[in-house]
Amino acid sequence: MEHEDETLEEAGLGRSSQGTARTEVIPGFMCDICCDEGDDLVSYAMRCGHRFCVGCYRQYLGQKIKEEGEAARIECPGENCHRIVDSKSLDLLVTEDLQERDNLRWCPAPECEYAVDCSVKARDLRRIVPTVRCRCGHEFCFGCTLNDHQPTPCTLVKMWLQKCEDDSETANWISANTKECPKCQSTIEKNGGCNHMTCRKCKHEFCWMCMGLWSEHGTSWYNCNRYEEKSGSDARGAQAKSRASLERYLHYYNRYANHEQSAKLDKDLYLKTEKKMTSLQSASGLSWIEVQFLDTASQALQQCRQTLKWTYAFAFYLARNNLTEIFEDNQKDLEMAVESLSEMFEKPVPELAELKVDILDKTAYCNKRRVILLSDTAENLKNGEWMNGVFPGLLLL
Amino acid sequence: MFASKRLSKELLKMQDHVPPGISIAKSDNLEEWQMDIKVLDDNPIYKGDTYRLKFTFSNKYPIEPPEVQFIELPTTSDTPRPIPMHPHIYSNGIICLDLLSSSGWSPVQTVESVCMSIQSMLTANSRNERPPGDSEFVAYNRRRIRDIPFVYEDDNV
Repeated sequence: MEHEDETLEEAGLGRSSQGTARTEVIPGFMCDICCDEGDDLVSYAMRCGHRFCVGCYRQYLGQKIKEEGEAARIECPGENCHRIVDSKSLDLLVTEDLQERDNLRWCPAPECEYAVDCSVKARDLRRIVPTVRCRCGHEFCFGCTLNDHQPTPCTLVKMWLQKCEDDSETANWISANTKECPKCQSTIEKNGGCNHMTCRKCKHEFCWMCMGLWSEHGTSWYNCNRYEEKSGSDARGAQAKSRASLERYLHYYNRYANHEQSAKLDKDLYLKTEKKMTSLQSASGLSWIEVQFLDTASQALQQCRQTLKWTYAFAFYLARNNLTEIFEDNQKDLEMAVESLSEMFEKPVPELAELKVDILDKTAYCNKRRVILLSDTAENLKNGEWMNGVFPGLLLL
Repeated sequence: MFASKRLSKELLKMQDHVPPGISIAKSDNLEEWQMDIKVLDDNPIYKGDTYRLKFTFSNKYPIEPPEVQFIELPTTSDTPRPIPMHPHIYSNGIICLDLLSSSGWSPVQTVESVCMSIQSMLTANSRNERPPGDSEFVAYNRRRIRDIPFVYEDDNV
């Protein structure tokens, strides 16, 4: 962001202090709130310089938090000062009983001022995905405050997002243009020069062509004409393995990203739904209440795609076993239902009236499949069933 | 106890010196004070009149703002005190002023600074009128001042 400091400063969110926030005793200081003075008076000021004694600061914050329900937007007590009392200062000054509590969390939706109360503890997050619905309508995970990511547990979500950030953009390019060092698996791009490669990371020397040890090449420096030595085929085996793991990732990632993209497109459609509903009313003589099925269908689509998206991230971390087979069957059922609903939804307006019963049925079916998939997965997760013979990723949970 | 210490300091300071046009009318206890204010220039709306402000302090003062309103003393009294005309002052003396609300208040404000703000609010005014809906508000309002959900939309007056 350009002018980050200025913008933050203007919003009252600039850095509150140089280094750590601390209280001070300043000789000759008089507090403008209680008018107390004394050479042992402990006081605090943010970077704006408005200094008050700690007692008054506490009173002030207590009043704001308890009586006025403020939290993240409390301004400096100084006159006409709009600097926000930041979390460091709050940590320093606010007494225990006013601190944030674990069972409360702010709704992350923009402009929303509600906090949500939920009793799920951090240690339960490996077995439960605590999706909550705020009064403002926003559904989010109480564990990590990201959008609803059922059925995938928070830890996996975090790992997955991290992986996507690292991998997805470049994965295709890497797959086409690079090889991995046969020893340390670092990805290497050859941008010219001879076949004698020295890995920057592990200093392993190998031949770009056959991936075998360079030392076995003797003096044939510029071309690799040796036929199959063991070290070369081993290295190529390892490389194939790493390719396979990349391909496996891309399989899940592409489906994950596709549902994300489709959800966005469906959302655009949702924004047009209202218009569609109006034109459907005039085209087919249906009443307002009779065209509500489009709205319901559109919401179901959004929700199901959200779930499908995360089933792919979840599946990436699952080992092949019977549970996974069942999971994938459920996933397939939901996916097929969603795609066919999506297709109906895109039909031109005149056909929609005739499809009403079909759309209603399909919407109900989608919602049902979603509930089945989620409850089934949640049940297994709760019982720790997924933990048996799973991918290394899950062991981190 | 919080309020009384600060208030006695404020009082001492004001007994020593008050800004022109402002004087203490009554300060015999630390829960309620009355202040007299005059407009200093010759704004025709306020010429020759003195107005009385009543300050009510909770024991959370100055963390909480005081309740401040104009009070009326009849023209027959020795010290007549009308309610000044102003588009933000209702005829029952209630003042719609941002700095007296909990969101606009700063604990650094004092009785003196509040008086000065109200004084300058009068000085700057050229509209000889009451807020819209004055008669209904005066007839029906039974809430305490701090509970009235004022909207401070007009920064020009």
